[in-house]
Parts: sequence; C-alpha cells; structure tokens
Amino acid sequence: MASILAVDDSASMRKMVTFTLKSAGYDVEEAVDGVDALMKAQLRVFDCIVTDVNMPNKDGITLIRELRALPNYKYIPMLMLTTESGIEKKQEGKAAGATGWIVKPFDPDQLLKTLKKVLD
Amino acid sequence: MSIDMSQFHQVFFEECFEGLEAMESGLLDLNTGDIDSEVINTIFRGAHSIKGGSGTFGFSAVADFTHIMETLLDQMRDGRRPVTQPAVDVLLGSVDCLRAMLTAIQSDDPIDSVAVVVYQSALEIELNGSVKESSPSISQEITGAVEEEEVNEEIYNEDEAAEQGWRIAFSPYLDLLKTGNDPVRLFRELAELGEYTASVNTRDIPDFDDIDPEECNLSWTLKLLSQCTIEEINEIFSWVEGDCELDIQALIKKEAKSIPPSKQIKSEPVIESLVSSPAPTDISLVNIQQPTNATNTPRVDAGGELLIDRRSGGSSSIRVDTAKIDALINIVGEVVITQSMLGLVGENFSMDQLAQLKRGLSQLERHTRDMQQSVMNIRMLPINFVFSRFPRLVHDISAKLNKKIDLKLVGESTEVDKAVVELINDPLVHLIRNSLDHGIEMPEDRIAAGKPEIGTIELKAYHRGGHIVIEIIDDGRGLDKNKLISKAIEKGLINENSILNDKQAFELIFMPGFSTAESVTDISGRGVGMDVVRKNIQALGGNIEILSELGQGTTISIHLPLTLAIIDGQSVAVGEETYIVPLVSIIESVNITEDMLNKVAGKGETFRLRNQYIPIIRMHEIFNVQPKNKIRANEGVIVVVERQGVLCGLFVDELLGPHQVVVKSLEANYRRVEGVSGATILGDGSVALILDVPGLVRLSNRQLSTNTSL
Amino acid sequence: MAQQSEIKDMGKSHYHTEQDKTSQYLSFTLGNEEYGVDILSVQEIRSWEPVSRIPNVPSYEKGVVNLRGSIVPIIDLREKLRIKFADYTSLTVVVVLQTTDDNKTRTMGVVVDSVSDVITINKTEIQNTPDFGAKANNEFINGLISLDDRMIILLNVDKLLKLEELESTL
Repeated sequence: MASILAVDDSASMRKMVTFTLKSAGYDVEEAVDGVDALMKAQLRVFDCIVTDVNMPNKDGITLIRELRALPNYKYIPMLMLTTESGIEKKQEGKAAGATGWIVKPFDPDQLLKTLKKVLD
Repeated sequence: MSIDMSQFHQVFFEECFEGLEAMESGLLDLNTGDIDSEVINTIFRGAHSIKGGSGTFGFSAVADFTHIMETLLDQMRDGRRPVTQPAVDVLLGSVDCLRAMLTAIQSDDPIDSVAVVVYQSALEIELNGSVKESSPSISQEITGAVEEEEVNEEIYNEDEAAEQGWRIAFSPYLDLLKTGNDPVRLFRELAELGEYTASVNTRDIPDFDDIDPEECNLSWTLKLLSQCTIEEINEIFSWVEGDCELDIQALIKKEAKSIPPSKQIKSEPVIESLVSSPAPTDISLVNIQQPTNATNTPRVDAGGELLIDRRSGGSSSIRVDTAKIDALINIVGEVVITQSMLGLVGENFSMDQLAQLKRGLSQLERHTRDMQQSVMNIRMLPINFVFSRFPRLVHDISAKLNKKIDLKLVGESTEVDKAVVELINDPLVHLIRNSLDHGIEMPEDRIAAGKPEIGTIELKAYHRGGHIVIEIIDDGRGLDKNKLISKAIEKGLINENSILNDKQAFELIFMPGFSTAESVTDISGRGVGMDVVRKNIQALGGNIEILSELGQGTTISIHLPLTLAIIDGQSVAVGEETYIVPLVSIIESVNITEDMLNKVAGKGETFRLRNQYIPIIRMHEIFNVQPKNKIRANEGVIVVVERQGVLCGLFVDELLGPHQVVVKSLEANYRRVEGVSGATILGDGSVALILDVPGLVRLSNRQLSTNTSL
Repeated sequence: MAQQSEIKDMGKSHYHTEQDKTSQYLSFTLGNEEYGVDILSVQEIRSWEPVSRIPNVPSYEKGVVNLRGSIVPIIDLREKLRIKFADYTSLTVVVVLQTTDDNKTRTMGVVVDSVSDVITINKTEIQNTPDFGAKANNEFINGLISLDDRMIILLNVDKLLKLEELESTL
C-alpha cells in the first residue's frame, strides 16, 4: 500500500490524520514540523506528503519548496492542509510546488477521497 | 467509513490549554510596550491552531470565536493594526473566555453563552468598530446545548435537456507535471461525473531531440456527457488553475440556475438585543468562571487537624519527555542483562564464583538506584507549571489595587514532583496575594519612602540538598514586629509579658486566628489563614519560614522534599525498634552522656546545646519501647530537630545511618498514629515508622501534663 | 413447547432461591470456640510472621506487616475477644480480610489459632445469639449455626474490625 508522510505540529490533528489514513490501509509516518519532515522524507521516499501550513521551525510551504528541489520528490504529490480559504496561501503553495490542498476543517472521508484521487 | 473522532478530543483539549497559556504569556509580554512581531506571531499561531483543530473536531462555537481573535491578531502581525492596550485587554479576556468554553466542553457542561456573546461582541467592536450580525452557529449554541454543524445547502435548478454536457479544452502549461499533478488523474475524476471522450492534440510536441520528459506538451479536447454543473468541473481542475488553459463550454446552451449556498439559521438570534447595545468597555465586569484546576484541597476535620490524602490529586495523567522514557528503557535493559548474569551464576553455584556474584549484586544495586532516579525523574515537572499563572494574577490584581508591581520569575525550569506541583499551588496563590495586598505599598507611599515606584515580587525556585526551595521575595513594607506582638496579645494568643525575638514574632503569623489586616480584603482574606498554609506545606513534608525587615521587604521561604513518595531520612534505633526521622527536620545529632541532661521540675528534661537549652523527648517513653540497655539509660544520641522555629531533641539509642525511603501510607489500611507520618519497608522486608516531629512534640507535652497533674 | 418453558422457568427460580439461601463462611478456631467469616471478605491466609509494633494503640492491635508493598495492620482476635492467652507458634495463622468502613475499604489481618474449612450454610438455619456475656461482644456477631456437632459463631467482619477511637485526639 502507498506510503504517506503526515506533517502537523498539532498532535491531535496529526493523530487524527494518521489514524484515518492507517485505517484505510496506508503506510503512514508522522512528522511534527517542517524540519522533522524534511529529515524523514530523505530517510525514505514517500508516495505522498500531507502537510499543515502553519508550523514552527519550518512551515509547510517552505517544506514543499525544499522537497521539490530533491530529485526523488519532483513528481510526488504534495498536499497542503490549510485553514485559510484565501487565494494567496493557495497560490503561494502552488508556486512552491504543491500539488493541491485540502481545506480545514475536513472530515476523514474527504481526506481519504482526496488521497485516493492522488494515489491510485 | 466512520471514524470516532472523540478519541482525539483529549489530546486536542490539552493542546488548546497549552496554546492558551502560550497566548496569554505572549499577550502579557506585549503589554510592556515594545511590539515584537515574533511574539505576535506566536500568539497568532496559537489562535490559528485552536481554530483549525476545533473546526476539524466539530466544535464550531470555539472555531467561530477563535476566528475573530485570529483575524485581529493577523492584522496586528501584518502591521495593519496597532497593538493597543484595550485590544490586548480584550484579547486577554477572550483567552479566559475560550479557556472556560473549552473546559465546559471537555467536562460536558453547558457553555456560559452570555460571556461568549459579550466577548465576541467586544472582539468585533475592536475589529470593526461595530458589531456584525452574529454568525448562525453561535446562535445555535445559545438556543441549544448540542452543537450542530452549519448546514450548507445548494439548490440546483436542473432543466431537462437532450444531450447535456460540456466541451472542455484543456491545455496544461509545461510545468504542470512539476507540482505532482497528472492529467490522467484529472480525467479519471471527470469520468466520475459522466462519460467522456477525449481527443489529444500533439501539435505542440517538440522534436524528439528536444523533448523534455518533465514537460507536458500535450493538450486535449474533451466531451463530457454529464448533468453536472460547471462548478463541479472547475472543482476538479481547481488544483491546476493557473498551470493550464481551461475552457469549458456547455454542449447545449441553457440556463443552469444554481442558487448560492444558503446558511440555515436555526433560530432568530435571541442575542440581537444584547448585541445591538454597545458592549461594556470595562470587560472586567463580566464574571467568567475561571476553571479551577482540579487541585487536591486538603480537608480539615472538626478538630482542625489536617487530613491529607497522600495519593496525588488533580489529573491522573502526565506528559513526559520521551528522552526520560528512553533513559528508563536503557536502564531496564541493563537490569535484564545483570539479572540473567546472576541467574547463570546461581544455577550451579560454587564458592569460587563468589566474586562474580558480588559483582553482579553490586551492579544490580547501581541499576536499581539509577532506575529509582529515572522513575522519579519522570514524575518531575518544571515548577513553571505552577509559576506560569502568576504573571497574569499579579497583572490583574495589581491593576485592581492601583499598584505598580513587577513579577520576576527565577528558576521556573526547576523540576519538582508532580504531586508537589499540584499541592503547592494554593498555598503559593495565598502567599502571593498577601504580598500584593499587604506587602507592596501604594506607588505614592513607595516614592515617599525613597523606593522605586514599581514594586518587585520575586518568585524563585531552586534545588538545595535534596529539597526544593521556593521563595517569595518582595521589596514592600516588611513586617512590623511590634504590631504583630500587640495583635497577638490582643487576640489572646500570647501572654502580654512575652518577650519574642524577630523570628518568634514572625512565627505568630502562623498561629490560627491571626490576621494583621484591618479588614479582611477580598483579595487575600478568604478565611484561609497562614496556619492552614503552613499545615498544607508541613503535610507535604516541608517547612515554611518568614524573614522580614521593616521598610525593606519580606522573604517567605518554603522548603519541600523533591518528591512526596520518597524522602531522605535518618534511621535511628530505639530499643529493638527502628524509626526514620525525616532529614528535612534534622539540624544536627549529638552523642550524649548522663551529665549533659538536666531535669527541670514540671517541664521535663532539657539539654544544653551551645547557648540554648532545648527540651528532650525520650522516644522510649512516648512510644513505650523498652530501652536496650537499662543501666545506661542516659546514654545515647540526641537528634536535634526543628519544628516551626523551635528546637527540640529526640533521645534515641543510636543512629543507624541515612536512608532514602519510600513513603507508604499507614492510614490506607490502618489508622493515623500521633507522632507517625507514614511507614516504609526496609531492606529486610520489615516495616519502619517515619516520625512526625510536630506529633512527637504533642505527645510529649501531653505526657508531661498528665505526669505533672498526678 | 409450553411445557418446556414452564420447566425452564421453574428451574430458574429454583436456582435463584438456592443462591439467596446459602452463603459460605471460612471457619477458624479461637481457643475452644469456632468462628466463621464471610468467604467473600477473605483475601488470603498466611502464617504468622513478626510484626512491627505501633506505639500507643490498643494491645490487640499488634502492629503492621508488609504485604506485597502495602502496610497492613494485624489484629489479634484472641486478645480482642478476650478468649485466651495468645501465643504465637509456627501453626498460628493470620487471615487477611477486606473490610469496608465508611466507604473506605481496608485490608487487615487477624490472628487466629487455626483455620478449619469453608462451610456452606443455609441462611434460614442461622440462629440468634444468646447473651454470651464477657466472652465476646454481641455487636459483631451475626448469629450462630449448628453444623453436625459443631457450633460456629458467625462474625460480622466490618463491625469486628472497626477501629476503636483513641482518647488522644487533641
């Protein structure tokens, strides 16, 4: 099954996302911020990255930008979890290389549907 | 699939409370005038996180409330809005309100909706200068306790048509693939909407030599037969908007009416009337139920004796640094190794393996000590858990009193057992309130006395010799020894001819029924006197002392054992029995002979220690133990202990050495015994009693009075 | 079908009354008498081991022992009930009981001469106690039962083990 790296500094969100994805059979690893994620993403190549945007130490958009620069992650789908419905964040994300976004709050089914879209 | 979200709620609530604390201390820092964008950013992130989480977990009232805070803070961090005192005050109040909301939700209690509306309006006024119509979800909250999601209905008006569908011209730009997007995926999604046929345009593919596989040179024209709306198609292409050219035309021109989503308003906002009137600018009028931490308030029985439940009160969970757990796991690993080594030695033991056995046992002893240390460490929390609420407390109360007071925290990372953290909170609050109310003078008085206008209270914590010391140091008016004495005489607590030194005079404060305040103010005089504070602290195995200089200030010093479960003790022999004297009470020990003791008629025995005569308590007598050596009954050891500023000597047979002992409750299965604070299990499996010095003194006094009355 | 369910019902109620009717007691000896305590309150039976003395408590509260990490008091029933002079031999037994007092559950050990067996008795057969006088306090006796040739005095554990208030409560 596909592997996903779930990145969020909020433990409750992270746990929820991980639980949801694992229940659907995905292989999920967690990271607590951009720095942690960047390190983990280089220890193994994930099939997909799902990341929160607002995080300390390194935010989600910077993370995506830096991952895109790595040869293994050129085409890997990367999704932002963003609460901001404003267009600027999304555009900023796209410019950094994000594949797409999921707007918070989302329910587990939405998350799974989106991932299914991106991973099959 | 339905996933039970409630399993994440607890973590979410904990995160929120932590976030609120961070926001609060950030806001208090903002107060001091300098605008630090990093601080504002932290506060903003706090609100943002809570908003996001609460939305995800379905707490829409919280999400909506926090959203306004977030908007305000966002403007502040961008520089679009100045940081003003009123704005900070509103935000501080909103933090309280949020805290109360979350506490209520967490314990399944109704939310104080009036407070929510007031603060929400205050935030909106701050934001817009006026109050908007309340959002529907808040009105739902108020009319019903059950939280419901917003209902988002889209009503489509579908007309009949023959061939309904769309023609989609899709030309991705070269870089579309570089965001991980894939046209094939998009087409798959379109397939879910209906049937499509696609024709691909290859005109733009460069020559073979020039092809870059990372670029997308294809474009397509698709015909989608579907009753879907244009919005649904746009939705599918939403991620690649800007990375492509997209042209969608209806196959057959018709009017596709779509009514924009309406939000169901379940009830007429009852709060309109409240909201339309200008919100009170003095937010402090609103009484928000501050959630009190579930502290273990010590019970006092009819006789005024303190009943303390040694089992730690408060929450029964703890967050631990994983490093501490890893350290413990390592040690346990070592124990396993040592244990199997000893097992091997024991299997076919012969005396020539004695050295190995000894080595193994001493290793095991080391590991056990390390494990004990490690486990105790896990229960340790930085005292900041207690200290962190004081900046806010001092800020609020000093404002109320119109005094200028600066609170300094020193050593807030000092670690202390979780049980201590929970039980020290109330006494500290009481003491700091005293300092605020009676200690620090009004600004005018300070200036007149040649002191800086702003008073300072220093809240300090540090480790010293196996104990934690917490000090409250203020530069206020100090204690007036004479005033204390006359007050005590007035209350009949002491004889009018009593002569007391400074230290003894300060001790008067701890007598039950004593209060120097002319009137019991609402701040500090809640009927809980210093005697109860002292009892609390002693029940924890600690001590409290006061030092003061008139006109200069007062220092209150609290000594506590690092952990309640384990204490340092001195093992002593009394006859055949072994008792443990808590090290925290011991001043020194002296070997004595017959001639060093003096009998004083009606007052028992005393012992001369340098320039003082201290009373003796014969442990054999008060505990009814046969002395080992009847002939030399006056030879032994005096253990000099201190109790509330007064010294006395425990007469025992010999010292058996210092011991770290695990405290076990005697009361759990048995009864409270005067002079005994608990029990411990010694290495040989037998039980040794841990002595309670104040209790011993009481026993001794009682015996003396029965003896003299005979 | 109707017959079957009738029988079933009969069986259930029959069983049900059986449950109510009987109870089990652990019987033990103190001096020349036999006593019993509700088996549900018995945690375990141990042989006598030296206790650590507690000062200034009634002499029948012998002291405390370490029972797997908990401090448990040991009460000598022979002394408390003033039955005979209590001696401690290798055969002396401690019955560890669970007792409830004011919503608090304690574990306490009682010293007895020897343990006999577990007896099952019909509740209807429990007789009221005549006045024993000095030998035992009627307060903590639930009743008497005759079993073959034996007379067994049934004790109420909670009342038996309720601790005396000490005078010095200053």
